[in-house]
Amino acid sequence: MPDLTINFCGVRSPNPFWLASGPPTNSAYQIMRAFDAGWGGAVWKTIGEPIINTASRYGSIDLKNERMMGLNNIELISDRPVEDNLREIAEVKKRFPQHTVIASLMVESKRATWHDIVRRAEDAGADLLELNFGCPHGMSERGMGAAVGQVPEYATMITGWVKEVSRTPLIVKLTPNVTDIAHMAAAAKAGGADAVSLVNTFNSIVSIDIDTYAPRPSVAGLGSHGGYCGPAVKPIALHMVSSVAKHADIPISGIGGIGNWRDAVEFMLLGSTSVQVCTAAMHYGFRIVRDMIDGLENYLDEKGFSSAMELVGKSVPRIEDWGNLDLNYKIIARIDAQKCIGCNLCYIACEDGAHQCIRVEERPQGDLRHGGLPKHVPHILEDECVGCNLCALVCPVPDCISMVEINKDHQPMSWKQLQEARGKNPQCSNEELLHGKAAGRST
Amino acid sequence: MLKEPAPKLPLEQLEKNFADINPPLTAAQALEEGSRCLFCHDAPCIKACPTGIDVPHFIRQIITGNLRGSARTILEANILGQSCARVCPTSVLCEGACVLNAEGKKPVEIGRLQRYAVDPVIARGTQLFKPGTPNGYRVALIGAGPASLSCAAELRKRGYQTVIFDSNPQPGGLNTYGIAAYKMRARDVAMEVEMVRSLGVEIRSGVTIGKAVSVAELERDYDATFIGVGLGETEDLRIPGEDLAGCRDALSFIEETKSKSFDQVQVAKRVAVIGAGNTAIDVVTAARRLGAEEVYMVYRRSPEEMSAFDYEYELAKKDTVAFVWQAQPVRVVDGSGDRAGHVQALECVRTQRGPKDTRGRSSFVPVPGTEFRLDVGMVVKALGQKRKLEFLQAIPNLELANGCIVVDPQTMQTRNPRYFAGGDCVNGGGEVVDAVAHGKKAALGIHHVLESVAGRKAATTSQV
Repeated sequence: MPDLTINFCGVRSPNPFWLASGPPTNSAYQIMRAFDAGWGGAVWKTIGEPIINTASRYGSIDLKNERMMGLNNIELISDRPVEDNLREIAEVKKRFPQHTVIASLMVESKRATWHDIVRRAEDAGADLLELNFGCPHGMSERGMGAAVGQVPEYATMITGWVKEVSRTPLIVKLTPNVTDIAHMAAAAKAGGADAVSLVNTFNSIVSIDIDTYAPRPSVAGLGSHGGYCGPAVKPIALHMVSSVAKHADIPISGIGGIGNWRDAVEFMLLGSTSVQVCTAAMHYGFRIVRDMIDGLENYLDEKGFSSAMELVGKSVPRIEDWGNLDLNYKIIARIDAQKCIGCNLCYIACEDGAHQCIRVEERPQGDLRHGGLPKHVPHILEDECVGCNLCALVCPVPDCISMVEINKDHQPMSWKQLQEARGKNPQCSNEELLHGKAAGRST
Repeated sequence: MLKEPAPKLPLEQLEKNFADINPPLTAAQALEEGSRCLFCHDAPCIKACPTGIDVPHFIRQIITGNLRGSARTILEANILGQSCARVCPTSVLCEGACVLNAEGKKPVEIGRLQRYAVDPVIARGTQLFKPGTPNGYRVALIGAGPASLSCAAELRKRGYQTVIFDSNPQPGGLNTYGIAAYKMRARDVAMEVEMVRSLGVEIRSGVTIGKAVSVAELERDYDATFIGVGLGETEDLRIPGEDLAGCRDALSFIEETKSKSFDQVQVAKRVAVIGAGNTAIDVVTAARRLGAEEVYMVYRRSPEEMSAFDYEYELAKKDTVAFVWQAQPVRVVDGSGDRAGHVQALECVRTQRGPKDTRGRSSFVPVPGTEFRLDVGMVVKALGQKRKLEFLQAIPNLELANGCIVVDPQTMQTRNPRYFAGGDCVNGGGEVVDAVAHGKKAALGIHHVLESVAGRKAATTSQV
């Protein structure tokens, strides 16, 4: 069996699946249930001066009948007394010494206050600390959370204060509501952070009730922007994680729309050592971790990995600047006539939304009763097809449309290489440069 | 009065037996089912619908919560979309054409989604359409079935004055009288008819053309006439004993289940139904549901030749009907003693496959010496309907083929240019949706013809 344990900044965790700081990690009761279910770690709901919350707090978007594709919240940090939270951390650690308990912290931007909370959290037995520099709503209005995380100098400064007293590894949780998240990771690192976790939630208005005109979630008819998360944000989070992995040399705990082992593998391949989950646990409960563990084990086994750590960062070198992509790589769509069901979605997508490279013959208007339709399969105009993938993406039938490479023995040339070649051969056309004809001319 | 009636079931039980076979979808079910629609481009379901309802569009409107728009999409193409949602043989039309079938998946339940969209609009009497500006033309329509209702609604939208004449006490035609109660109730049809009427269509019920109003009067008072009279009585068996009490025709039996309280409909303990079309299925299922203990469906040919749709056949199977294949009725047996004059049994003879006919269909010929009896107290004839020859021949210059009116398939115009026709009297017996399509097409045909007359008039005037 492959080894799922991870080493995160020197802290060993039974598996990479951690619960992110949020409603599921509000109490020892919940976290112990989660550990019983199989979670490897949990980031405590952010501890700080207790706040008062509103009702309601969450809003979501559905996709047709799929619920909660995206979730938005205007809930603040823990509303429980600091000492209760710390006492419960100690209880959890006592019962689950092998599991990873991370104390998420947020206090006002005063050195002494930070020193105090850090010491107390470590005394309670937290394995790691996570500084919440990401909360985009409510707390930021009070000069905390994203208000810190959006100003690199503040982030560096407060991280530095914490490092003055901390003994455990320090994670800084980053807000995605910035122009360049790698820059913020570097700022945290400059302050002494041992790791970063990302992404916190995105600024969002999740929806407006078109009957009452009130935003959702509604608090007596009013709303406020909240933090957006769930499956819908995953691609944006993946990009941000990859950007930090590429440009800032620092361990990462990945967050953003992770709901199953496949999502987790993607985050790990892009550089996350651990992954944090919140929305999926809020949607389905802690039990989802069972398949996350099982699925990851099977995946590692099938791929011949002996440890989950081997995944970390494996795809990072595959993320390149656009200018380094091969312009001579050519693929075109092929439609499997046997599999085609005749929905013509590929046709209309290509015709209206892409490059007009698919044709369908008119269906004969016969009697359609008592039998199937005569099958008319759309076909690709191969000379026109630009290999954009759109038809394959909209096709509802698995493997019906495949993208095939048509010039396998081509000479690769990227846009950057093209610029270089042009510098040497300014008289040549792009076409000539791309296909190496310039070489003959220049000599 | 039947001599050996089935034991009476309590009305509550009867209502349950005839409950909606395809109950309406809830909002959540409609969203889930509608979400399965791929929103095909140039969708085959649209082409498979005789009225060309834009199915993917109306389903999308359901999903986005635009129910009123969805109903409008449906009713614009098919004014009787409520009936059709219930009675269409969707498995051989839209749902049969659904591309999901090709992937081995269940097709989208288009019929039920259509019902989900249309029912609330019909029930609330929401006015989705307005009559057109009056254009001065008057059109008479004979028969108040689906073809005429569809034609009249379409004409009203274009400003024609329309009057429907119908000999029945209630409008709706076979929708009202001839559809199994578990598919559609008379009150559903009444609401639908009301919607058509609210467009300004005048319906004169209980008026028979040729009696109360003459054909000549129609020709005098109206610019064009649409014939949507459907078919006539059930075909006769032409065997001895056909006149015995307890031997009756399918349509009047179905009509009773539609117009009376279920506990007022008489059914025998044992019933034989002759025929294997969709109407025969309606009868056998109705008989079982009314409490008949043994119901036989007697058919001269084999299951292969049966004209009933597969899903109808399934209904009969579920109702535990006994199928008597390859049996030809030879005599309805008279009772003796106090049952004299009443059906006692149905005598049949086995058939075997004979030579194929010109259409390639096997003939079935009786096998002498294989006679047998089914002891039944009721025999129902479901052999298809007769043509209304007498009536049709009273209209001048109609061309008939095989008892059906010959029309131009584009305009539904008959050989007599002032008459148009559609529905069963043209196709010899089709679906409600075919009749609706005919009616719509005929309305456009009438409009085209009368407009070109108007055009000519205008041209003449301008020359003067």
